[in-house]
Order: sequence, then structure tokens, then C-alpha cells
Amino acid sequence: MLAQCRNYCQKLAIFTLALLFAFRLQAQDTPTDSGATAAPDGGAAAASAKPDEAIYNKGKALWEGNCTTCHALSDEVVVGPGMYGILGRRDKAWLKPWIKNSQAVIASGDAYAVALYNKYNQTVMTSFAFNDEELDALIDYIAYESEVAMKQKDAPVADAGGATPGQVANTGASSGYFNLLLGILFFVLVLILAVLLLMISILSRFLNSKEDLAEEDKEVVNQRINLGSLFTSRPVLGGVALIFLLVILKGGWDSLVDVGVQQGYAPTQPIAFSHKLHAGEYQIDCGYCHTGVYKGKSAVIPSANICMNCHNQVKIGSPEIQKIYKAIENNRPIEWVRVHNLPDLAYFNHAQHTNVAGLACENCHGKIEEMEVVQQRAPLTMGWCINCHRQTVVEHAKDNAYYDRLLEYHGKMRGNEPMTVEQIGGLECSKCHY
Amino acid sequence: MAEKRYWKGLEEYTNEESFVKNAEREFSEFAPEDFGENPNRRDFLKLMGFSLAAASLAACEAPVKKAIPYLNKPEDLDPTIPNFYASTYFEGGDYCSILVKTREGRPVKIEGNTLSLISMGGTSARAQASVLDLYDETRYRAFVRKDGKLPEEPEAIVKQNAAIDKEIMDKLASARNIRLVTPTIISPSTRQAIQDFIKKYPQAQHIQYDALSASSLLEANQESFGKAVLSTYDFGKAKVIVSIGADFLGTWLSPTEFSRQYARNRKVAKQKREMNRHYQFESVLTLTGANADYRTPIKPSQEALLVASLYKKVTGSDKFGDAKIEAMLEKAAKELKAQRGKSLVVSGSRDKSVQILVNAINEALGNYGNSLNLDTPTLTFQALDAPMNGFVEEVKAGQVDAVVFYGVNPVYHHPRGQELEKALSKVKTKISFAFQPDETAVLCDYVCPDNHYLESWGDAEPRQGHFSLIQPTITNIYNTRQAQESLLTWAGQAMPFYDYVRAYWQANLFPAQSEMSSFDDFWKLSLHNGVFQASGEAKPVSETPEEANQVEELVEDAPKGTFKADVNRALAEVAKRYKANSNDLELTVYTKISIGDGSRANNPWLQEMPDPISKACWGNYLAIPQSLAKEKNLRQDDVVKVSAKGFTFELPVLVQPGQAVGSVSVALGYGRKVAGKVGQGVGVNMFGVLKEGFLSGITLEATGKQDRIAQTQTHHTIMGRDIIQESILKEYQKDEYAGRHIHKIATYSGKRSPTDITLWKGHFYPNHSWGLVIDLNSCLGCGACTIACQAENNVPVVGKKEVLMSREMHWIRIDRYYSNPPEVQEKLASGEYDTTNRQLEEAADNPEVTFFPMMCQHCNNAPCETVCPVLATTHSSEGLNQMTYNRCIGTRYCANNCPYKVRRFNWFHYAEDTRFTEVNYHQTTDLGRMVLNPDVTVRSRGVMEKCTMCVQRIQAGKLEAKKEKRPVKDGEITTACASACPTEAIIFGDMRDLESNISKTLGIQKETIKGEAGAKDKTEYKITEPRAYHVLEEINVQPQIAYLTKIRNKDEGKGGHGKGHA
Repeated sequence: MLAQCRNYCQKLAIFTLALLFAFRLQAQDTPTDSGATAAPDGGAAAASAKPDEAIYNKGKALWEGNCTTCHALSDEVVVGPGMYGILGRRDKAWLKPWIKNSQAVIASGDAYAVALYNKYNQTVMTSFAFNDEELDALIDYIAYESEVAMKQKDAPVADAGGATPGQVANTGASSGYFNLLLGILFFVLVLILAVLLLMISILSRFLNSKEDLAEEDKEVVNQRINLGSLFTSRPVLGGVALIFLLVILKGGWDSLVDVGVQQGYAPTQPIAFSHKLHAGEYQIDCGYCHTGVYKGKSAVIPSANICMNCHNQVKIGSPEIQKIYKAIENNRPIEWVRVHNLPDLAYFNHAQHTNVAGLACENCHGKIEEMEVVQQRAPLTMGWCINCHRQTVVEHAKDNAYYDRLLEYHGKMRGNEPMTVEQIGGLECSKCHY
Repeated sequence: MAEKRYWKGLEEYTNEESFVKNAEREFSEFAPEDFGENPNRRDFLKLMGFSLAAASLAACEAPVKKAIPYLNKPEDLDPTIPNFYASTYFEGGDYCSILVKTREGRPVKIEGNTLSLISMGGTSARAQASVLDLYDETRYRAFVRKDGKLPEEPEAIVKQNAAIDKEIMDKLASARNIRLVTPTIISPSTRQAIQDFIKKYPQAQHIQYDALSASSLLEANQESFGKAVLSTYDFGKAKVIVSIGADFLGTWLSPTEFSRQYARNRKVAKQKREMNRHYQFESVLTLTGANADYRTPIKPSQEALLVASLYKKVTGSDKFGDAKIEAMLEKAAKELKAQRGKSLVVSGSRDKSVQILVNAINEALGNYGNSLNLDTPTLTFQALDAPMNGFVEEVKAGQVDAVVFYGVNPVYHHPRGQELEKALSKVKTKISFAFQPDETAVLCDYVCPDNHYLESWGDAEPRQGHFSLIQPTITNIYNTRQAQESLLTWAGQAMPFYDYVRAYWQANLFPAQSEMSSFDDFWKLSLHNGVFQASGEAKPVSETPEEANQVEELVEDAPKGTFKADVNRALAEVAKRYKANSNDLELTVYTKISIGDGSRANNPWLQEMPDPISKACWGNYLAIPQSLAKEKNLRQDDVVKVSAKGFTFELPVLVQPGQAVGSVSVALGYGRKVAGKVGQGVGVNMFGVLKEGFLSGITLEATGKQDRIAQTQTHHTIMGRDIIQESILKEYQKDEYAGRHIHKIATYSGKRSPTDITLWKGHFYPNHSWGLVIDLNSCLGCGACTIACQAENNVPVVGKKEVLMSREMHWIRIDRYYSNPPEVQEKLASGEYDTTNRQLEEAADNPEVTFFPMMCQHCNNAPCETVCPVLATTHSSEGLNQMTYNRCIGTRYCANNCPYKVRRFNWFHYAEDTRFTEVNYHQTTDLGRMVLNPDVTVRSRGVMEKCTMCVQRIQAGKLEAKKEKRPVKDGEITTACASACPTEAIIFGDMRDLESNISKTLGIQKETIKGEAGAKDKTEYKITEPRAYHVLEEINVQPQIAYLTKIRNKDEGKGGHGKGHA
């Protein structure tokens, strides 16, 4: 009876050991930080508790679908300000109308709004037709997640998981709460293990001291733990195989979903042209070089003669500029590497978005004026397109007579609700595929 | 009332076994996909293994794509935004003033130029297809000698060009005589360039000849009025038209122009319940005959006698031998006499005497100065036959030292081509300007290839005082040179032809106007408009029905008294030459609307375009009447040996309803020996027959062989459902609903319209509701829309083999239905006819024909949408049935469920499958692919496709409107088919816009229906036009495409809706 008891203890101990081992592996993958419970160092920001799971997920989806092209969770400025400490700066009551329609807030004369607008080069923030519930979820998510992101940014990250620098770290399952739980669990397990080991040694010693122990029982008491047979046992093998299969499937699915998605793609160009210099420092309007951006389907890669408008005077000696001269001399156009590759089956028209809808380039291309080498900011997936069409309000409809009939119908059917692109057929197949 | 019976082909009419078997099937025949070799399981596994490996490798990294901008972007050119340039298409008498759509500097589409008073925005199928020829890789790439050798280095090519120039100039200088052989030159500046050439080489002589010559008309006019020119016709002014063998809507003289005039008078509406009456006497069932109100089949030998008889009837009285023909002729003559000055008689005869008689008839009817005139003659045919015959004699006698062929291929399409082929070696220096290798060019010592017209400068004067310009829309693809420049170079005046044309216009045309004082302005405006009318007084022809209805004032005293031909001599000659009541089997030749004289045989779009009547493509055949088939026991596709007067050839047989008893016919334009991969060896060359006009006493002999004719006629049959609704004018005048069949369905609450009983929720279109309305009365069946659609929507060519398996890909097809004429119908109804085969034959001898354009109907309750398992076909909020290729997995359920059979399946990846290079290498080469419309996806294998109502044009038009912050204007968006239609039978527009042309045509009225008990009010847009109907209304799919009933101008019969037959 006692021998059996000891045996159970032994098995439990092995299991606990295995659990601990698993935690160790997990801990290596997660950039843990010891100060998980420490107060955030951002002065004004109060510590936010992790929101409810459903709210968290909702907020996360909204954030990832709409905000990431312009905003970072940390204090980094992408197009608009970083989100860190947002609730410290502004309250929800202010934020909600701002997200819905920033221009209206500015127009109302709100001093903070005007200052913000001017600070960020008068870039108009896209309006989003979120309802109150969605807004709450989004703000809660941002408030919570921005702190986590800030911590990650401060603590050197052990493994970046292949993310390119500058890419918003919005993946990875780590959170301070989780780490704390993990720590406690780890501690408890170690404790249990110690107790179990203690019990085993006491029981063994007690049994061995007994003279009337049967031969078989003695064998049982003194047996060594056979790790080999444990690892080859059916349940363990089966479990491992299952985990292996799941990992492979997940990997396969992820890579399939990712086929052709080149977010972050920043190829080296034949001429080291810097948008940071031209668009950022010198603030040359995008349309000056990309002549088609307000007129046609393609924004148009500028031809060499456009470069020559300035560079027949400016920096003629530079080896990069000389490449343009050489191209003109040899009558061979410059072969740029295409950064944004949309498949042939999808029709995208710049004029519709820039000229008609009045969207800023940054909405899809990110902060070009800070890019030394241009990289693809948006994923350019159909989901990304559709999401924007679902949530974007057709602001420009009011002063464009083309939309009159649509607005009239919309008013009749949906009252004062803002009219989104989806509601006027923005999700129909033939709008992009023909 | 007897129900009219429609059938698509004789096999359907006689219920042939093969037809019945296939009628119920979606695709008429199962055929394996492989081309001969049978792949086995092992191959399949290998392929699968490879594709897996390839797919995983490909998935690793996206290929690096280049974005190559212009080095120096032209100011007025923006990538992705099309530019349009006005130009002119002229070939074999077919004149169209056009706009060329270019994208990134390459022409991709031809549109009609509405500013032209001649073509008035219409285009022909051949004009539409001409853009493909530009990208033909079999074109000559530079000047070559007989050996055809071409250096590889670009510099060496330029050098060889110059060297050849020099050799030619030396040889021309030393030649005792030079002959320059061209077709009719309608370009005034080219004429001057030829004069300059002759000035330099006085021993040169210019010979014009036309493959399909109008020599007899010119000679007759010379004799009648002292002018060897062509009359200018206005079919729109004629209330009664009698045509004896002239296919003026299809291939005779200027069909695009005539179609527009003719259709103007065929359109009926509430305010205009009148139309012209058209009699046609012919042996071959032509497009024109198919549109006629009364068509009478005659033997070729009766044609001249009939004209003579008609002359006598018009001026006095006469009796034609054949009783049936006599009755019709008498009726026609009576009506002609009643409509003096408002009638027109034309004949396609190649006999001068016959044409003199036709002139005499028109003169007697006072038509000169009204429906036709010689004051502003048409210049598209100027060539007499005699000079060319003289040239052949000269060559045979060895009297010619040097010859230059420009735009002609006499070895192929001159009736004496074979003689010429043998004799040509006697000419010391032979030069050709051929654009691509042809039968004549390969015999020449030098080929100095001409540019394609889309690469050239030039001008045209199709009618006296009406000028138009040709401007290049792309730089030369190869090292070719415009023929005019070559002539000028050899004349020692080397200069760009642009300068030459400009100088000509400055000297000759600029003074002819007074509106502009600066030549630069005048030139720019002319170039922009594409056309220039010297007189300045010509007004556009009225287009609205109201205007057209206004009776034009008759010009009573036009050129009366100037007619001076000897009619009696002509009558005597006709009587001498033609025998009445000949029992011989006779053979005639005719031209196809697609291939024409065969000079464009290498164009796969034209080869695959179904003939409007027989619906056959890819080759010619012997069309025989049903009676002959019975007599000789011949069936469709049997190859027969035809022999007569030194002609023997073998061709498959096609049993053609409407072919005159005692006659057979074959199309010209086939049988090219040297023409490039596509056109070579398709059919048999029949130009030799033109020597005689027609052949009599021919014999047929079955060979026992079979050669299947690729016909689309019974493909995609719609299984005998009611689709045609037609009536006659008399009934329509009484009742606008004449011919309409209004479907009612019995319900517990009485009979109701099928659209009232529905499970569907319906759609509401807040902004646009795009639709088409097709007027069956003005659709003449020419097929220009089919080719326009092919060019606009990157529709692939599939080849004869695939057409035989019903796999043609055209998005818009023109169904041709035969039906029984009323007299037969009545006899059938009264039981006077039993339905034995012999009597059905009679019905098939001269059927009525209805053309019915059919494309995706964009149903509101679309059967295809509900069966797609992956939602690849869905409905838009603008009334379109959308097809999403990248979503389609190719189950073909939609095609199966489509009541209109308008969906097409890509059995192969035509754009890349090299097995199709034989029939369309354009699809698989980079050069050929330049013709593709960049705004339309090239479909891959395994996906379904169909008419999109040119959604790319709709989107582009909407964007323009949005950019300018205004609603879409009616008319600024149109589909390819509607814009190509020479008769405006297809109208596209927004049915939500009550002011649009389509809404007015359909009489769309907005109705607000009060919602019941708390429900919101419903707004409905209802069609009120009595003639408008939807095809298969009874199945309540509610299409966006409406048709207007066909009205024939017949005295008898009731028309009535048709009952099909399966």
C-alpha cells in the first residue's frame, strides 16, 4: 500500500518535471521581463487592466484592420501620433468624436484638435463609422496594448520573430498578466515537486528499513525511473505526433495565407533615391513626380525627364544622379523594382481614391517621407481592401454631385447614419475584378 | 392562328437525329481535351509531382517585377489613360472614319467617328479587326530581295534598305516601261505622289484594279451620263428598294454607310409608323436578302432578264416567264411606280448592259438627285477592268520591264491570276509593297513593305468633297516604310509623307474653306476631327425618328435629259446573252462580310467570325439548295467534286435554305496559298469564276469524303422557347402591341403576369441601372458587334477544331432564325400541307430570316447566381450580373442553368497554350498580345466567362463623372457592341436616368407603390414601350436587356410571336 503511494508520488513528480520543462521552453519563446508587475514609467498613464477577452479581440481586430497604417502602439510616430499614453492625454469623450470624424472636431474649434492637426502636417485622419461599443473596445485595447508595446520597446527584445524593424509589433501572445501567472505557476510547481521528492525519499527510506518486505516489493521500491520507456509510451508518442501535426498545419496555413503578401517588402532600387529627402525634407508634392496619381489608374513612376527638371542643376556630380544621365545618354529607361504588386486580376485606380475620395497617400503607403528606401506598408490583401471599404465613410459624397442620388437613397433608407463605401456597392466583385 | 415556327438550321427543322440528341445537352458533343496523345496515369503522377514542386518553389518568393517608366514622357500621354486619334480605315471599298484608342502608345481598339457624314460613327467588322493585323508577326520586317534574307544587325538592316532603294532606282531608270498596279486610290495626296513618280519615270503607267470591281457600274455611268464614276446612294431616302443580287447591307460597295441609311428607315416608333419596303431578288441568301421584306430566289442567269423585265414594267408593261417571280416583280414594279423619286433600284451584276438598264430604271423613276446622285460621286471604286486585263496581256507578251505592286495581290485575287503567276517571270524587275507575304510578293524581286495604316500618314476622299485624314498611332514596329514615301524616294523627292500630305492640304484643301484663316488651325482641327467637308454645306443626316419621318422635298428636275445610254441596245444584249428557262445547274460566287476579298485572311478574328447566314467559319463550302441535296443524295459536310468550264475543285457541301433552286454558290476570299499560318490553306480560291460572272452547266460528283464545316448555328440552342416576337407593319399601325405575346400565368386569383408571382426579393438600384435595348428591326445581323466585343474584351480565338466542338468564345452571338413565310404558314395551318418532308422542303426553300443578338441578359433573378457554389457570379447594385474569374472554380453549373446559353467556358488557357498557335499565334506572342485591352483580365483555363456589359467602360465613365463632380451624362458610356453597331440597333444606357436615350426608347416611367400597412413605399421603374419585351419573360428572370419587336413591311401574314421547336 505504501509502496503504491510512493509510486504515485514518483509519477506525479515526473509529470511536474515535464510541466516545468514545458514552461521553460515557453519562457524562452516569450520575451519575458521581470518587471511585469512594476508600475509603468510613463508619468501620466495609469496602469490599465487587460480588457475582457471579447472586447480585447474586437478592439484588436479594429486596430489591426484600420489603424496600423498610420499609428503605432508605442510612442513612435508613423503618420499620426503613437498611441502610448493616449488616455493620459485625452479622455474617451474627446476621442470618440475624433475617430468618427476628426475634421468635425477641428472645425468645432477645439484647440487641442487644431494643434494636433497642425502638428501632423495637416494630414486628415480617415473617418471611421464605428459605433460606441466598437469605439470603447478599440480605446480599451489601445490603452492596454500600448503599455505592453512600450515595455517591449524599452526592454531589448530577445527574438524579434523575423519582424522587420519599424514594423508594428502587434503579434506575439505575450502580456504582463500572462507572465505573472506563469511565474506563480512555476513557483507552485517547483514547490509541489519539492514536496513530492521529499515524500518519495521519506517513504523509500521507511520501506527499506522494514525487514519483512517481499522480494517483489523491494524491487519496486528500489527501481530507477525509466525515462526511456516513458518517452516511448503510446500516449506520449501520440501526443507529440499530434502537436507536431498541428504545428505543421498551422505553419502551412499561415504560409499559404501569406503567399504573395509582401508587407514590408523593401527591395534595393537601381538608384538610391530617397523619399525621405525629397518628400520629407524638401516636401515635394507626391503628384509632382507621380504625375498620374490624381488622373489615372496608375500613379506612374516618374520618367527621367522629370528628374531632370531639378537635377540638370542640382547635384549633377553625384554618382546616383549620374545613373540618370547615363540612362538618357544610352536611351535606356531606368528599370525600377516594383514595390507594390497587385495581381492582374485586381483593378485598382489611384484617381478614384486620391482625386475623388481625397485620401492621403499615407493611408496606404505609410510614412513615405520618412523612408530612405520605399517599403510596402500595407499588406495589399483583399481582406485589407475590403475592411477599409467596410469602415470608411464616403465623406466626399456631400460635395460631389455624382453621389446625389446615392445620398438621397441612403438618407431614405438609413437616416442619419454615415454612408460607408460598402453601402454604395464598394464590396461588389465587379468594382475591382473584370 | 397558326403559330410561326422558327428553326436555326435544317437539322433542327427536319428533326435530324444528331440534332435531337444534342439539343438537350449543354455542350453538343463530348470530346476529350487532349490533342491526340493520351496521357496515362504515370504521366499524370509525374505532372502532379512536378506541379506540386513547382508550386511550392514558386510560393517561396514573389518574383521581382520591374516598373519601367518612360525615359522622356510625352506631354499628352499618361500611362493607363487612353488617347484617341482620328484616322481612316479604307480597304477594298470598305470606308470607315474611325477613332483609334491607344493605350501607352499602342492602338488597341477601333471606334467609329461620329463626325463623318459617310460612316456616321458606324464601323464594319473588318475595320474592327484591322487593329489585330498591326501586330502580325508574319509581316515583312524590312526590305528584302527575292531570297528573303534579312540581316540580324539593326544597322545592317537599315543599310540593306538603302541598298535595295538604290538597286531599284537603277533598275527603274533603265526600264523601258514601268507599270504601277494599285487598287482604287482614294487618297488625293497619294495620287499626287504617284504623279510625281510618273514625272520622274515618264515610261511608268498607273493601273488601278479592284478585286471586287465595280467596273460595270462605272462603265454604265460613263455611257449613261458621261461620267465614269460611282453614284452616291442614299437608301434612307428610298421608300421602296428593289435590289437584284446586290448585297448592299453586307458586301456591295459601301455597306457600313448603306446600313445606317437603310436602318434609319426601318426604325419604327409611336410617332413614326412607317418604314421602307425592300424587295430582293437573288440566288444566294445574303445578309441583304435576309433583311428584305420580300425575297425571291432566282437563278443567276435570270438576273439580267429580270432587270430587263423590270425596266419594261416600269416604263410600260411586260411579263416575266416564271410565274412566281412574275408575281413578285409585278408587285415591286407597281410600288416603284407609285413612289417615284422615293425609290431605288440596285443590281450587283457585273454586266455593263444590266447596269445601264438599272440606271434607266432609276432615271425613269426620277430617283437621280433624290435617292442617288452623280453630283458628288463616290470615289471608293474607280477601277475599270480593261486596263488590268491589258496589263496581263502585256506581261504575257513580255512587254513589261518593271512592275510595282502596291496594295494588290493579283496572283491571288485577279480572275486571271493563274495566267499572271506563270507569266510574271518575264518581267525583269518586280517590286511589291506587300505588308506581309502574299502570292504576288513571293514572286517579286524586291519587297519594300508598306506600313500598316495605323503606322501611316495619309488622307482619303471617299466621296467628292468629303475628305478625311489618316494619322499614325504607333511608331513603325518594323523597318518598313510607307509605300508613298518609297515612291517619292524613288522619284528623288525623299521626304516624310507627313510633310507631303500637309503640303497637299495647304495647297488644295485649305483654300476650299473660309472659316479659318490660319492653316495651322485648319490642319489641327481637321486632324482632330478626322474629317473635313469641302463644301461646308453638308449637314449631318437626321437621326431621330421624328426628323427622319419628315418627307424630304423631291428634287424633280435633277439631271433629267442627261441620260443618254442606248437602252434598246442594252436590252438586246441582255436578251442575246442570257437564256431564260435554262435547266443547267449554275454556280455563283459571293463575298463574305468577314473575309471580303481575302486580303485579310490571316486575321483570326475574321476567320472565326461566323457568316451571318450560314453561321459557318474557317473556310468556304458549296452552298446547295435542299432540292439538290435530295436529288443527289448529299448531306451536310459531304465533299463533292465540282467541275465546269475548266474549273474543278472539291469542297464540302452545306445545305443552305434560301439558295435558289438550280444554283449553288461558293464564297470568295478563301484558298490563300501564301498568307501566314492562320489564313493559309483555308478553303478554295474562287476568283477565277469572276471572269464569267457565273458558271452554268456545272456537275457535282460525290467523292465519298467528309469534311466537317465549322458552324455555330445549332450550338447553344435555346431549346424551342419563345424568343422572337414579330409582326407586320399593317398590324403595328393598328396596334402598337402587334406581335407581342404577353405571358399570363393562371393563379387562384386569376391570370397574372409571371413577374408578379415571385419568391425573389428583387433588387433596387439606387444610382444606376445599366441596360441595353436591342431593336430587332434595325439589327441587320452584320456581326460588327461580335468583333468589337472580341477586341474590347480580349476574347480568345479557338480555331476550327474547337468550334466544331461548340467551344467558340464570342460573348455576343447573333442568332439567325429561319421561319416559314406566311403563305407556307397558312397552308400548313389549313391542313393543305401535310407535314411530309417534300412539302417542308418548300418551306425551307425561301425562309424568312430573323437576326437576334444574344448576350448575357444580366437577369435580376439570375439562375446562374443561385447555383454557383463559390459565389463567383453575383449581382451588383447597378444591375450587372458580375462574373469574378479569380473566384470561379469551373463547375459550369452556371452555364448549365443559363436559359440563354450565353456563358462560355475556357477549356484551355488560350493565351498561353501553344497548341493554338496554328489558329491564333497573336495570343501567344508578345507582339500579338499588344492588342489586348489592359483593363480586362485575360482569362485562364477552367473559368467561366460571359458578357460583362463592358463593366470596364462603365467604371471608367463613372470615374470621369466623379472626377468632375457631376452625374454621368447619357451617351458618355457605351458598350463596345453598341458603339460599333452601324445601325444603332443596340442602345446602352442608365435606366434610372429617365432622360436617357434608353429610358425614352423603353418609355420607362417611375411609379411609387404605396406600401401596405406600415411598409415603406416602393419605387418601381416600369417599361411602357409596347414593342419592348424581355426574352423568356415567362420564367421571370427579369433581364436588364430588352428587345423591340421585329416589324416586317409585308402585306400578308400575321406575324405573331414565334413558337420554337426542339
